[in-house]
Amino acid sequence: MKLLIRNGHLVDPASGLDTVGDLAIAGDRIVALGPVSRDFEPERTFDATGLVVAPGLVDLNARLREPGYEHEGMLESELAAAAAGGVTSLVCPPDTDPPLDEPGLVEMLKFRARKLSRCRVFPLGALTRGLAGEALTEMAELTESGCVAFSQADSSVVNTLTLQRALQYAATFGFAVWLRPQDPWLGHGVAANGAVATRLGLSGVPVAAETIALFTIFELMRVTGARVHLQRLSSAAGVELVRRAKAEGLPVTADVSINSLHLTDVDIGYFNPALRLSPPVRQQRDREALQAALADGTIDALVSDHTPVGADEKTLPFAEATPGATGLELLLGLALRWGEQCGLSLPDTLARITCEPVRVLGSAIGTLAASGGRLVQGGVADVCVFDPHERWRVDAGALASQGKHTPFAFATSGVELAGRVRATLVAGGMAYEHLG
Amino acid sequence: MLSQRNPQLNKNGELIHLLSIEGLPRAVITQILDTAGTFLSVNERDVKKVPLLRGKSVFNLFFENSTRTRTTFEIAAKRLSADVINLDIARSSTAKGESLLDTIANLSAMHADMFVVRHSESGAPYLIAEHCAPHVHVVNAGDGRHAHPTQGLLDMYTIRHYKGDFTQLTVAIVGDIVNSRVARSDIHALTTLGVPEVRAVGPKTLVPGDLAGMGVRVCHDMAEGVRDADVIIMLRLQNERMSGAVLPSAGEYFKRFGLTADKLALAKPDAIVMHPGPINRGVEIDSAVADGHSSVILPQVTFGIAVRMAVMSTIAGNVA
Repeated sequence: MKLLIRNGHLVDPASGLDTVGDLAIAGDRIVALGPVSRDFEPERTFDATGLVVAPGLVDLNARLREPGYEHEGMLESELAAAAAGGVTSLVCPPDTDPPLDEPGLVEMLKFRARKLSRCRVFPLGALTRGLAGEALTEMAELTESGCVAFSQADSSVVNTLTLQRALQYAATFGFAVWLRPQDPWLGHGVAANGAVATRLGLSGVPVAAETIALFTIFELMRVTGARVHLQRLSSAAGVELVRRAKAEGLPVTADVSINSLHLTDVDIGYFNPALRLSPPVRQQRDREALQAALADGTIDALVSDHTPVGADEKTLPFAEATPGATGLELLLGLALRWGEQCGLSLPDTLARITCEPVRVLGSAIGTLAASGGRLVQGGVADVCVFDPHERWRVDAGALASQGKHTPFAFATSGVELAGRVRATLVAGGMAYEHLG
Repeated sequence: MLSQRNPQLNKNGELIHLLSIEGLPRAVITQILDTAGTFLSVNERDVKKVPLLRGKSVFNLFFENSTRTRTTFEIAAKRLSADVINLDIARSSTAKGESLLDTIANLSAMHADMFVVRHSESGAPYLIAEHCAPHVHVVNAGDGRHAHPTQGLLDMYTIRHYKGDFTQLTVAIVGDIVNSRVARSDIHALTTLGVPEVRAVGPKTLVPGDLAGMGVRVCHDMAEGVRDADVIIMLRLQNERMSGAVLPSAGEYFKRFGLTADKLALAKPDAIVMHPGPINRGVEIDSAVADGHSSVILPQVTFGIAVRMAVMSTIAGNVA
């Protein structure tokens, strides 16, 4: 298939390209961008006048709920949600049922995802068997079957000696370990410690749950030399520790979720279970620190933290509700909202959901590392075309995901966002198209 | 960035559910207390009934065990001439696989007019109020650590009865504040009614410093906490606080924070001692104090029925 995307606003955050031009795609590659030779004879032309043509988005944390939780989301619906959100590559955590701790499970997931050809799926392997925090998984085997790094998802390795060994073993082969910094004992609560949790009588998660875990992780990184990606920072104090660790030269990267970037505990309102999130959203100064850290690069990437949760698991008293919210289809709009609030250019804004997450993944994604999250001649044709001016309201019922619960949609109306995806291309194939 | 309307008030600012004292205007609280005063005489008559809720069905939904509170709600509803149905669900329906909202839907189909709800999770009555039919009223009879608004109101009735004016008082709340829905409701009510000094007294494991954000003065010393107080509200200490490494023993707690005659002597001579019950003699309060002349623990129970009658008749008279 030869496709010509005409007269679009081409944005490549990695190179700073920010100009109006054409993009020519042949097969799974971008063959030309900017001025396209007259010799190129497209089978189809897509008029992108007034639209942004950007690299496909890369989401470092999206749950697909397969295997094990198919009632909350299925590969088909969730990858359709990814495509509708302009996401062309996503990383899924291993907290499926059973967890992704065996090469066969990973191969099956990769195979099923490939057949749908909606979005590239990069699984994280379980760091410990059954995510129990006790025995190591076969990391080398899991890597061969397609895992890009190893993670405990939302559970912790309680035993520090086990964590040290897991990091040592991963470092032997240069595998990255992705950890959500949360102390298992202090992290039991359901809302951030603070005035709101106190007033509502909800058990709190103190900031120390995050900082203590960060101190432990950094000390173990110094000892083991492991490379660690920190998932979903939630606090200003945590950001400061990451900033210092980076200044020291530790091989650490970090991300933040769209929820922590835009919401605070005040949004819990009258026990809105859509705000039951993990990590819990914290206070205004934490949100501001996270926004600033994502802008200055202390935090490398913005993630959707997509977690489809069924209505039965969400319409419960706050503490009993399953944590998580749908997010794949909101990632672009909420990134643009953040960029606008911080006064960032469009390329700088998009970098956090394109080339920067690809840099975090590094060589683990093979040849895609060279051109994923970028628009380059000869690179893969993973492209997101969106209308930056079209405004839309988040409407839970209209989402492609089976997860309909998000703090950004309410019973009566949702938050208004700018940036409507018009087309998503994965390896040159049309994964999603929305006619304006 | 998100906003929601207070679900216990209708568009005219009238009370349609009682879920929490937080956010209630002072006038609404005062009106309930005044109404309770008129019901007090009903309770002393030979025929203890008024027809305000005649033909209405009040369902007591207790997802968490309670005898006392459920009984007082039952008496209050019956004295308003309502039909009362008691359901001790105690989470058993959840154990059978029925969700909270399915339980509510089923009971709504039986034409309930009011749900009196106690639940172990903070916020459960909000979920019920949000999902029940518009004509159904919800009264929170205690949810997790969040609120126990009728207890808060009956405490205010008691204080007003003995002290008259709120605006000159010093009130000390002593004990397990962090886990107490009674304390939260009392604090909101006292600050709304203009009490200038509300003290939260106890060790740091039960009274963490950030409680100050609720508008109280945090005291970790019992003598400092009760000195010159007009009202002392003692809270029940749960046994599980000892197993959870919150306190070492009931004995040590009583020595430091139990209310004895010696400690009571530090308060104003006419101070009153309150307790939501059931009391733990020798754990948070000495028998001599619980049974002494300063104690108003039993009048609290009497007032509680009138206050609950006032709450139920008030919300039943307002439409969503």
